[in-house]
Amino acid sequence: MALCLRTSSRSILYYFKSKMGLLSSSSSSLNHQHHQKPPFTATTAQNLRDPFANFSTKVNLLSPRRFQSTKVEEQWDSLNHDHHNQVLDFPGGKVAFTPEMRFISESPVERVHCYRVLDDNGQVIMSSKFKQVSEEIAVKMYSDMVTLQTMDSVFYEAQRQGRISFYATTIGEEAINIASAAVLTIDDLVFPQYREPGVLLWRGFSLQEFANQCFGNKDDYGKGRQMPIHYGSNKHNYFTVAATIATQVPHAVGAAYSLKMDRKKACVITYFGDGGTSEGDFHAALNFAAVMEVPVIFFCRNNGWAISTPTSDQFRSDGVVVKGPAYGVRSIRVDGNDTLAIYTAVHAAREMAINENRPILIEALTYRVGHHSTSDDSTKYRPVDEIEWWRSARDPVARFRKWIESNGWWCSENESELRMSVRKQMLHAIQVAEKADKPPIAELFTDVYNVPPSNLCEQEKFLRETMKRHPQDYMPDVPV
Amino acid sequence: MATIVGAATALSASKSFDSRKLHLPSRGSLSVSERKGSFLVVRSDGSVVHKAHRAQKLITNAVATKADSSAASTASKPGHELLLFEALREGLEEEMDRDPTVCVMGEDVGHYGGSYKVTKGLATKYGDLRVLDTPIAENSFTGMGIGAAMTGLRPIVEGMNMGFLLLAFNQISNNCGMLHYTSGGQFKIPIVIRGPGGVGRQLGAEHSQRLESYFQSIPGIQMVACSTPYNAKGLMKAAIRSENPVILFEHVLLYNLKERIPDEEYVCSLEEAEMVRPGEHVTILTYSRMRYHVMQAAKTLVNKGYDPEVIDIRSLKPFDLHTIGNSVKKTHRVLIVEECMRTGGIGASLTAAITENFNDYLDAPIICLSSQDVPTPYAGTLEEWTVVQPAQIVTAVEQLCQ
Repeated sequence: MALCLRTSSRSILYYFKSKMGLLSSSSSSLNHQHHQKPPFTATTAQNLRDPFANFSTKVNLLSPRRFQSTKVEEQWDSLNHDHHNQVLDFPGGKVAFTPEMRFISESPVERVHCYRVLDDNGQVIMSSKFKQVSEEIAVKMYSDMVTLQTMDSVFYEAQRQGRISFYATTIGEEAINIASAAVLTIDDLVFPQYREPGVLLWRGFSLQEFANQCFGNKDDYGKGRQMPIHYGSNKHNYFTVAATIATQVPHAVGAAYSLKMDRKKACVITYFGDGGTSEGDFHAALNFAAVMEVPVIFFCRNNGWAISTPTSDQFRSDGVVVKGPAYGVRSIRVDGNDTLAIYTAVHAAREMAINENRPILIEALTYRVGHHSTSDDSTKYRPVDEIEWWRSARDPVARFRKWIESNGWWCSENESELRMSVRKQMLHAIQVAEKADKPPIAELFTDVYNVPPSNLCEQEKFLRETMKRHPQDYMPDVPV
Repeated sequence: MATIVGAATALSASKSFDSRKLHLPSRGSLSVSERKGSFLVVRSDGSVVHKAHRAQKLITNAVATKADSSAASTASKPGHELLLFEALREGLEEEMDRDPTVCVMGEDVGHYGGSYKVTKGLATKYGDLRVLDTPIAENSFTGMGIGAAMTGLRPIVEGMNMGFLLLAFNQISNNCGMLHYTSGGQFKIPIVIRGPGGVGRQLGAEHSQRLESYFQSIPGIQMVACSTPYNAKGLMKAAIRSENPVILFEHVLLYNLKERIPDEEYVCSLEEAEMVRPGEHVTILTYSRMRYHVMQAAKTLVNKGYDPEVIDIRSLKPFDLHTIGNSVKKTHRVLIVEECMRTGGIGASLTAAITENFNDYLDAPIICLSSQDVPTPYAGTLEEWTVVQPAQIVTAVEQLCQ
């Protein structure tokens, strides 16, 4: 365990020092098909749109030759060489023997370090290296974080007033949402869990479109079929939220497999919480992604709580980051409330995923400030002052604001203007969404299949006849 | 009771025979690997011949409507002969040639060629990525297939045995069936999920599942069951071309059926039933392996003077009520023969559907012959008793036609 940790942190340092790809000694599973790692120049690293100029692919993805049995990294560290130079080729590769019976500890001496750029006051930490952000991007990131916060509070209030049936806020995780989204291009596919509306917001989903989905009206792209916050938009490459936990993680791997087959210069990102990592789908998906070498970023929002289950009841490992190496996936732990750290880490991850066709696991440590959803009262299982401390002292939005203000890119007038404007737009969007018609009865039966089969046509006919016969039992404003 | 392994038997006139007079070789001699080249022929006089090679005199056409029983020399007929698993492979290969987005994923489908050799040779031809060997995680590779399908591929997910797909139920029900609907039609899932199911030869309870019962409720999926090389290839191609998620049920014991199929390209319709034998007296609805038990019973029934109409429903979801209805209106008597268990099986839903829609046309209550509600036992005799046998079918028809 300790050896692995050193290796992974080493690789990140090397990344920054040289901006080159990877040290072959720290890469996992040398595959004989991949003759060499592609060169990775500084220019490609900086270019967000990534023209991929130097990607020399000698990998024939449709080669008829079978992947030869992958050999586990051939660690010929001198450490292992001392006196027991007996080594045997078991299936899976060479492994050195040792006469010393030593169990790998279940918990490390020290937890995996967490990458951070900005301190609590929004000042860049002295020795940190990070991806520089332009003013335009930084301001857009900040505005979107504020928009997300405002949208959350307005929708939450609307639910409490009974205007929508359900809502789940993203409070405390705005940096995760926006900073990760800001790195990706529109061609990168997003497979969300349900606490990532900020990614959709960044991609251009309007407040009105959010409101339409929450109210389930006829303008909702989901045609009123899903609960609020289960957004989905194919034109934004944001795959519809399903309520099932972690089922999207294997979907993401399948999508990355599809991208690899098409040789597209894009990656997939999928989000899930700490609780989601307990699902079998998470483990198998990581395993698959490593074996198939596909470009996917696994982003874990470790916010400490799965409804009322704290992480201490969820797993006993050092968080989620240590699970990556168990499957042969390169991983990093970042401060989830630090916009620049997330931005930098996701940027590096994306480059590695696409250039090297490998999965990356990012664990972002953060805190779920809000309740799990409007059906939850988290004060019942955690102290109120803890929640308040994270809400105010550790607010990621405020932290980033301090940084952009210190750069002279933002001031308090912008702040109040923005918040007022967004709030007004939100209230207007809600009003419009509320008044809009609900989807017509016909939409109950469409899209089950590509064309409605005869039994569904019959059932629709039956329903319409029933409604006509007993109009008093049906709401008059339901469109047909 | 003799269940014929391998290709259909000669259509010589036969009296109903007493199983006690038959001395069948021990089941040990009929292992899967041997089945390819050897099978039992039960003669009308009750004697048993153990053939070690494919006889020329065998009827290979599984549609038993013709009176002539001997197959002419194979060379002069059009088309080509192959086994059912080869037909599946042919369909699969044609579709993979035709459309580069078609891919296969499953356990041991690549270099091993699949546990029933349906994907044999495909990995060599198309590469390891397009015929993908997955680790053992059914729910997750089905999920992977769904994600790939939403992103533009047309994956075929193979369950090594249908029973293993119970592990994939979450993905199949909650995501595969639902995501097209819940996304408002934005994301489609043109996936094919296939695999061998049904009761085999002493495979034990876990490997003898009839998953069509469990899956039939899931909205958003289509289910079809193949039974002959002809419809296996046709349904495979249709399923791949369909924009909807399709579950294709194959049967472990039917993979070595031999038939002559056309050289020209053809596709079967996913929603149509197949008229196996037109008749006047009674409608027998069945699918998959039970079709052969029904046809065997049909021979007996014909000799007793009955004229059964046999329909292989093929489409398990949705039912082809048009074909079925026309038949019911003609014969007024329905017998359903299935391998599913009594409770909640395909037969149960079919009974309900026919009763609802064609009640006025029925002269007698529908009889549904199914397996009992027990896990399939290992012991050969016990296993045989859980599966509907031709003699029961004959008895049921006699009962219906009183």
